[in-house]
Amino acid sequence: MNTMRKIFDKSSFLVPLVAIILGLICGALAMLAGGYDPWLAYSSLVKKLFGSPYDIGEAIRAITPLIFTGIAVAFAFRTGLFNIGADGQFLMGMTGATIVGVTLDLPWYIHAPLAIIVGGLFGGLWAALAGYLKAARGVNEVISSIMLNWIALFLSNYIVGTYLVMEGQQKSKPIHESALVSIKWLSESMGNARMHWGTLFAIIGLIVFYVILWRTKKGYELRAVGLNPHAALYAGMNVNRTIVTSMFISGVFAGLGGVFEILGVFGYQTVMAASWGYGFDGIAVALLGGNTPIGVFLGAILFGGLSYGSAGMSFGANVPPEIVRIVIGSIIFFVASHGLVKFFLKPFMIRRSNKGKSEGGGAR
Amino acid sequence: MKKQAGLMLMIILALTVVLSACGSKSDNGANNANTGGNAGTASPDASEAPASKLKIGMATDVGGVNDKSFNQSAWEALKKVTADTGAETKYLESKGDADMEPNLKAFVSEKYDLTWGIGFLFTDAMTKVATENPDSKFALIDAAVELPNVESVAFAENEGSFLVGVVAGLTTKTNKIGFVGGMEIPVIKKFEAGFKAGIEAVNPEAAKALKINYVGDFSKPDLGKQAAATMYDAGVDIIFHASGASGNGVFNEAKSRKDAGKDVWVIGVDKDQSLEFGDEITLTSMMKGVEAAVYKVSTDLINGNWKGGQVVTLGLKDNGVGLPETSTKNVPADVLAKVEEFKQKIISGEITVPTE
Repeated sequence: MNTMRKIFDKSSFLVPLVAIILGLICGALAMLAGGYDPWLAYSSLVKKLFGSPYDIGEAIRAITPLIFTGIAVAFAFRTGLFNIGADGQFLMGMTGATIVGVTLDLPWYIHAPLAIIVGGLFGGLWAALAGYLKAARGVNEVISSIMLNWIALFLSNYIVGTYLVMEGQQKSKPIHESALVSIKWLSESMGNARMHWGTLFAIIGLIVFYVILWRTKKGYELRAVGLNPHAALYAGMNVNRTIVTSMFISGVFAGLGGVFEILGVFGYQTVMAASWGYGFDGIAVALLGGNTPIGVFLGAILFGGLSYGSAGMSFGANVPPEIVRIVIGSIIFFVASHGLVKFFLKPFMIRRSNKGKSEGGGAR
Repeated sequence: MKKQAGLMLMIILALTVVLSACGSKSDNGANNANTGGNAGTASPDASEAPASKLKIGMATDVGGVNDKSFNQSAWEALKKVTADTGAETKYLESKGDADMEPNLKAFVSEKYDLTWGIGFLFTDAMTKVATENPDSKFALIDAAVELPNVESVAFAENEGSFLVGVVAGLTTKTNKIGFVGGMEIPVIKKFEAGFKAGIEAVNPEAAKALKINYVGDFSKPDLGKQAAATMYDAGVDIIFHASGASGNGVFNEAKSRKDAGKDVWVIGVDKDQSLEFGDEITLTSMMKGVEAAVYKVSTDLINGNWKGGQVVTLGLKDNGVGLPETSTKNVPADVLAKVEEFKQKIISGEITVPTE
């Protein structure tokens, strides 16, 4: 109960809300300056998100990978690591799933789980590599993991383009039906939106994230290392092993994000000129959510919802994509800058806390 | 808790006031936006024109609408359609592969009369959406989807490349010519095959010595520059590139060689690249008529000539591919006359240009 109260702390709830509103106002000003109708634009955004079952489904589809990468980054943050390489781990997860999905031919109850596990392991090991370099050689994980992103991109392209490629195309052969994790009946009832089991796994992932870090001995160690590695070392914890473990778990989450994009959404992997950037969006999601499970969940909904709904603004209100990006950017800017929002809130806060002191005694 | 809720209510109220104030003012704003023309819809004056009230939508690929390449050409064509016929046109940008399907679907659910997908990346998304919505009409550039409600537009790049091959074969002084490709995919192979055949027709010796390099990417100018440097070092004096933005490196290398007094040329691709890279290094360009194609299919629909279900390949005879008019600056008249002669032969079917 205490943890719940901590999560639902007043200011942790109020600050993001005010931030979103400030961001919306700022975006509205940008649209007014450009000569567009902000009211129409925002209502189109909402309509794009909730207008039809198809849009709701597709918005969920856009949110799902962000939950995974958000968890990945937040998990590493909690243990004092900045996993900027979630993007590469995401790609390795995709590649692992594609390899299993394309080359093997197994009954569905083995094939899909195997593809998921292999993809997750690919992502995990890719991150553990950066973790190992940090633990054994003191290589800063920011540098090693960001460079591993590029290696992952071109390694994936090489594997797909050389061994799995469909003749005359720039993408892999289709994944066998048995490995796909899309939910047919749900898709059909939602106007053929691409629904898949990955969303459920993402929710489970949030719970796992919480349980590992706050409900196990290992998690306590991980967090202790994150708070102060020297103190943790002094307390007799194996800091180096913790770093590798933490990066591995973080990478598994990022990898799973990639797995479900392949097995749930596309059913094939393309040779990509650049990555989709879910890993980098994951950093923003984790920071927006204050590295907490619920925060990541809400952050992913905000980020994914805005990026999916932004098409509605161009469509419904003719706002050009450049201005849409300004609007989205200003919302995220305010959400991310807690200090600024607290400054705006200060006058209200002070009055409230004074009053709270005088009468709040009995409430607790 | 109560006070907190009260505060939130206050903020929401404040927001509503602010936004609704914007809303009432914005009637003017919306008009401004529309007459501004860059907002992605028909201007009101145009839609008052007597002609059709058809709605045509277009989803770009990841390049976006200002990519200085085919997305931009396609959108310019639709703007022209609006100006000429009063049809309503609108575009949506795809930020990633995952956006393509929802973007097509957005136009379908708003009952657009025709939805364009620009680029071969749309193949899968269009196949799916067009199968699910057999009553909607679609059109696709650079790829083929064989469904009754989809019109696919491809280009005979080999024919246009044949003509620039003729120019290169007649212009080269060292008898060495180079070809820099992006990725080794069928569409780029068509460029190579046509180019080689064109050189062969006028200068068999140079065709034998044709140097070919696939840099493996469409967005890596550094690789293009390297490939060009290697070729120029080997005595090549004309390079034809079909490598998207990687080709910028080819132009860059040619420019520095030209500045050093060497006699080298580049042949551009997709649009008239002399406009961007200058006449001193751009010999000519192999233009792809994306704009003409989008315009033609869209106006066909408006005029009731929609066919659908077919793969149209636009070649020389439809002006789907060809050389820009600015070629006269660097290509001598007798060479251009020869080009014209070959063009007629290809159109009449006397010459069949290989595709691979």
